[in-house]
Amino acid sequence: MTGPFTVRDGGADDAGTGVDGTPAPDSAPFDAVPDPPPAAPDDAPALLDLDTALAEPATRILVCCGSGGVGKTTTAAALALRAAEQGRRVVVLTIDPARRLAQSLGLRELDNTPRRVDGVRPAGGRDGGALDAMMLDMKRTFDEVVLAHASRERAEQIFANPFYQSLSSSFAGTQEYMAMEKLGQLVGTGRWDLVVVDTPPSRSALDFLDAPGRLGSFLDGRFLRVLTAPAKAGGKVYLKAFNAGLSMVTGAVTKVLGASLLRDVQGFVSAMDTMFGGFRERAEATYRLLAAPGTAFVVVAAPERDALREASYFVDRLERDRMPLAGLVLNRVHPDPAPELSAERSLAAAEVLQESGAHPVTAALLRLHADRVRLSERERRLAARFTAAHPDVPVARVPAQPVDVHDLDGLRTIGAALAAASGAAPG
Amino acid sequence: MPPAAAASSRRSRAAHAEPHWPGVRLHVVTGKGGTGKTTVAAALAVAIATGGRRVLLCEVEGRQGIARLFDVPPLPYEERTVAVAPDGGEVFALPVDAEQALLEYLELFYKLGRAGKALRKLGAVDFATTVAPGLRDVLLTGKAYEAVRRRRKDGAGGERAVYDAVVLDAPPTGRITRFLGVHAEVAGLAKVGPIRGQADSIMDLLRSPQTAVHLVTLLEEMPVQETCDAVEELTAAGLPVGGIVVNMTRPPLLPGPTLEAAARGALDREDVVAGLVASGARAEPHVVDALLAEGRAHAERVALEQAERATLETIGHRTYELPVLADGVDLGGLYALAAALREQGACS
Ligand SMILES: Nc1ncnc2c1ncn2[C@@H]1O[C@H](COP(=O)(O)OP(=O)(O)OP(=O)(O)O)[C@@H](O)[C@H]1O
Ligand SMILES: Nc1ncnc2c1ncn2[C@@H]1O[C@H](COP(=O)(O)OP(=O)(O)O)[C@@H](O)[C@H]1O
Ligand SMILES: [Mg+2]
Ligand SMILES: [Mg+2]
Repeated sequence: MTGPFTVRDGGADDAGTGVDGTPAPDSAPFDAVPDPPPAAPDDAPALLDLDTALAEPATRILVCCGSGGVGKTTTAAALALRAAEQGRRVVVLTIDPARRLAQSLGLRELDNTPRRVDGVRPAGGRDGGALDAMMLDMKRTFDEVVLAHASRERAEQIFANPFYQSLSSSFAGTQEYMAMEKLGQLVGTGRWDLVVVDTPPSRSALDFLDAPGRLGSFLDGRFLRVLTAPAKAGGKVYLKAFNAGLSMVTGAVTKVLGASLLRDVQGFVSAMDTMFGGFRERAEATYRLLAAPGTAFVVVAAPERDALREASYFVDRLERDRMPLAGLVLNRVHPDPAPELSAERSLAAAEVLQESGAHPVTAALLRLHADRVRLSERERRLAARFTAAHPDVPVARVPAQPVDVHDLDGLRTIGAALAAASGAAPG
Repeated sequence: MPPAAAASSRRSRAAHAEPHWPGVRLHVVTGKGGTGKTTVAAALAVAIATGGRRVLLCEVEGRQGIARLFDVPPLPYEERTVAVAPDGGEVFALPVDAEQALLEYLELFYKLGRAGKALRKLGAVDFATTVAPGLRDVLLTGKAYEAVRRRRKDGAGGERAVYDAVVLDAPPTGRITRFLGVHAEVAGLAKVGPIRGQADSIMDLLRSPQTAVHLVTLLEEMPVQETCDAVEELTAAGLPVGGIVVNMTRPPLLPGPTLEAAARGALDREDVVAGLVASGARAEPHVVDALLAEGRAHAERVALEQAERATLETIGHRTYELPVLADGVDLGGLYALAAALREQGACS
């Protein structure tokens, strides 16, 4: 299904679909890469130092993408806060943030306007920084677009149309497109030095990039066109045949969907007709903005197979479209805090204690450590596979915090990890 | 039995005795994205099939999640066996395709014949399932209904259901109420006729005790929040909430009192040093620091998980716990998860 507004809204997802809606090859390049030998220091990826990107005045847009639940929103908020505390005027566009995180950013209601975040502390004598945050309201954004392109009267007609109502509030493609639209608006105001954007919680990171294109193909869809303006299409012989087929089809569709739905679609399309062009132009302009210097993409992934596979697709896509990739953020990693004590030795030591019955707490801590080391090794192997496939992509590693990230201090911790390329354990 | 499973079968009071969902023919599995809906749906299908039942596992998101899980090539839109369950029993899989379901539906109500093909050629089917709000959901839930109701001759002159149960790997929590309620909307649109009749029967099934909507969650803030929200919405819509499946749990690795001390940062450093020395492991200060810090982080996480568990308990539905499988879910892991569900009484 390649329609733009495919009914799979609410962050639902089609990971099975790659670029252009073709099924993603099941064993993607990522899977095809054999396990590299345990990472020698030479194989370690370059370290991603996001402070450089944040401080660089030429960086105007940072886009955080990745598959659902990996920490895009958290990363976006942490980067924005850090940049603000370093003296930049920043706005962060979040989409669907965790409730408590939203509250700590002062986002109590979904009013679709950036609000100043309290509690931003300029670091080391650098003032002038400020952070605004907003949460995307896709319905309202869609309404704004309509208002910008249509007369008040026509806009009212569109708003009242049931088809528009469900289209604007419940379709996944709409959310991606509206995020893109809002980004364009924020950049357009010129009020901020840096716009940090989060992307919708879709299964596939590519959805964000594909939304405007899908919108285009939706608007150009011949079925939509012919359905709504059969008279224009008449005349030529093959079109006649086409129309004969079509009336049978519209007849059937009408029967199934009900005449009122079809009327709604027709009403919507004719009301929107004049603004379609402007619509698409804007989407295309924003897309070009993303490829322009000044934009940097940050791909976020958890150190898990599915998330890294998705990240891999996305990196390939950015390369193909010549879009600027800052690097990969590996979020929620579990670094090994004491590499000198291997899992095997740790378990052996726990065994000794267990037999003697003494020091049960130490024995338990040793088992815990062994577990942690194994997890850490597994994550490294997965990350190494990604790096083998994308040796030039720098990587920042953000440790899993024991508890959720839901206040500014939590964001500062994440921000520090994102920037501390020097401090983070390599590999 | 893994510790997590042991812990939760204690929680699900009536373990082993009666199966928890007698009479349920349609198990709907939802949850926040990525929490393990597909995995749990498949494990539940295997669990129910165990002992000789026939179970159909449907997926509706067009992602071939079932094929990936059972490690078979992408499945066509037809019901085929993907697994045999312990002690006989069979799991059939069906990736429901909205487009084909639409053609089937049209055929059923309108006997379209060749027109169906024409529709498809024009992209009309794609169009219709794309623009018509909810049409996809109508088709997908309609298909699940049909599978639940389908009957065959039983060889003794009578009839019986083709499937003992249907397990539906459903859309995520954010969409589930609308997904399952779509036929109520259809009934509102079509006042009379065959479509109205069908919509009414589907809603009757979905709101009956023959259906259970299970929610998969992790012990983390966002999934738990979504679970609570979804339970409220489903209940308000008259849809029967089933169990809460807490997925990917990790057993606490420290005994209770140690956990408390660790959380307060009050583990006895000297004792740990002495323990390391006694065990023959290295007792450098750095290693000791690391062990203490790991203990503390672990304790904090366990405390957070307990808080999330407590939140889930306020919902008042039966809970099941499935342990995290360290190496991911392969076929063996899937059977292990199915066994854990059975041990906790999810089915007989
Ligand atoms: N108990 C478990 N132990 C370990 N890994 C698990 C477990 N349950 C699920 N997973 C893994 O978590 C990931 C997500 O699981 P799954 O695909 O079942 O989730 P989902 O809710 O269906 O996701 P989506 O919302 O994308 O459809 C998969 O990689 C799966 O193997
Ligand atoms: N490094 C981390 N350590 C601990 N928890 C994290 C970390 N990163 C994200 N989280 C938590 O994971 C959950 C999902 O993160 P979120 O940023 O909303 O993901 P996304 O936007 O990619 O869906 C949130 O509850 C968040 O607090
Ligand atoms: Mg998010
Ligand atoms: Mg799934």
